[in-house]
Amino acid sequence: MNLLDLIRDPSQIGPWFYQTMLGWGLQPWLADLIGDIIGVLVIVLMVINSAIFLIWLERKVAARLQDRVGPNRAGPYGLLQTLADVVKLLTKEDITPDGADRVSYNLAPALMVMQIVMVAAIIPVASGVVGANLSVGLLYFVAMSGIASIGALMAGWASNNKYALLGGFRVVAQLMSYEIPLAFSLLAAVIWSGTMATNTLAVKQGEMLFGFLPGWNLFVMPFAALIFFIATLAEGERAPFDLLEAESEIVAGPNIEYSGMKFAWFYLQFFINSLLLSAIFATVFLGGWQGPFVDRFPILGLLYFTAKAMLVLFGLMWVRATYPRLRIDQMMTFCWKVLVPATLVVVLISAIGVKFTPDRSLNAVIISAANLVALFVTLGILGRTLRRQVETRKADLQAKIAARA
Amino acid sequence: MEITFFHVIFLVVAAFTLVCALGVVLSRNLFHASIWLIGAFAGVAILYWTMEAEYLAIAQIMVYIGAIATLIVFSIMLSRGMMLGRAPMNNFQSGISAVVAVLLFGILALVLLQINWPVVQQAITSDQIAQLGEALVSTYVVPFQTIAVLLSVALIGAIMIAREH
Repeated sequence: MNLLDLIRDPSQIGPWFYQTMLGWGLQPWLADLIGDIIGVLVIVLMVINSAIFLIWLERKVAARLQDRVGPNRAGPYGLLQTLADVVKLLTKEDITPDGADRVSYNLAPALMVMQIVMVAAIIPVASGVVGANLSVGLLYFVAMSGIASIGALMAGWASNNKYALLGGFRVVAQLMSYEIPLAFSLLAAVIWSGTMATNTLAVKQGEMLFGFLPGWNLFVMPFAALIFFIATLAEGERAPFDLLEAESEIVAGPNIEYSGMKFAWFYLQFFINSLLLSAIFATVFLGGWQGPFVDRFPILGLLYFTAKAMLVLFGLMWVRATYPRLRIDQMMTFCWKVLVPATLVVVLISAIGVKFTPDRSLNAVIISAANLVALFVTLGILGRTLRRQVETRKADLQAKIAARA
Repeated sequence: MEITFFHVIFLVVAAFTLVCALGVVLSRNLFHASIWLIGAFAGVAILYWTMEAEYLAIAQIMVYIGAIATLIVFSIMLSRGMMLGRAPMNNFQSGISAVVAVLLFGILALVLLQINWPVVQQAITSDQIAQLGEALVSTYVVPFQTIAVLLSVALIGAIMIAREH
């Protein structure tokens, strides 16, 4: 196998390296172990270093959307700004507040970064290039986000600060609630594709509907994709759902007391979380690494996947830079009274539609149409309820004014 | 018996789980005890994983760490005086619970040693999740539905009790 073949199909690098190590006379279990360790190191380093670029990107995009310039002093286009920030954070004093619970205080940032790196293992970046194509892939992703809430809770409690504690409570309330629409919109896609394994999901979306339409889940179930995107905003702790930091209410959330590199870990977790959520969205709803000529040149999948994930990430940044923060009761009401019922309907549509007729392409059209109907019905009910609320409020105020006059 | 790589991993993880379990009962700070408990849950999940029961491992993490442990941590944080770490380790019931614990251990050990566990000489297929799902909605549909109804009843009941009148 020559170098060009490996570049053309990167999924062969692992097996090739394994065979080479066996050729050197290594025991199979040792070769396995070395291969696994290298794989883990590649994923961890890629993910953590990508944050340096992501932070620059987020600041630049948000600045441009808000008619500012953004970082522009360190290096061309301010590209070295984050590196300067890293140096600054490394040299800052590491403070442990008085009365803090030392063990939990130091364990919390590590737990946050650990869970996010573990999620990275199931992202397929090109055909077959995935840390682990687990048969329970998407469930694993949902389970890992549960660990994040424990990390935030630990940080909030251990800091011995009431604002941090309030932030910790909010994290659990928000992440737990939005996990339901997040998991259920994924379930709709899982029912349709018949698998939870991330790489297999991407493979399944390569099937053409009626022989020419790309079978991406976004087209099959647009409403599920929309719900997942909204839940992503909440899980990624981004505006309009960034109530965990809410500078104007609880100062900065569970990480108030943290300084220096420990604070940087929370910061890192936030940015990588956004990237990985966009990557999951791209994998589940946008066909992952699918694209033209990907069967002949699998390396192109890397390009398609990056483009799709970056597009979703740009959407997340756009929303964050544009919308104001919701109130906490509005956020919880929206989740439990709008998203959860809607997502149950979406799951029902997928479960019925997948066996509706023997023809899979026809089923896709039926699910798609039902999704759009559900979307417009939801929007209609939402609009009417909100209008009625505004009108009652207006009548109330007018009555008060009349009473005073 | 030859010691393989799997045995080494098993011993390390089992030792970790036991240390965490000891931490739960021996730490004076309830919050620390709950963190040890999370460690013990994680250890059990890894044990499942080494036996290629991926679904069981993930269910363990989701249910025990993601839901139950969070609930325990939450309730401990909402109760008074937990930062001080002076919760008493035993009370007047310690004698009875020691007897119960020893009996339970004896029964479990007896069961493990006496029963001839049936072993199916069959490789684990890659679509075990799909098979499990199909079994739940065909062969075992009645127990599955019963559990679903039970959980709904529990949920509605909890809301009714917690509701302000």
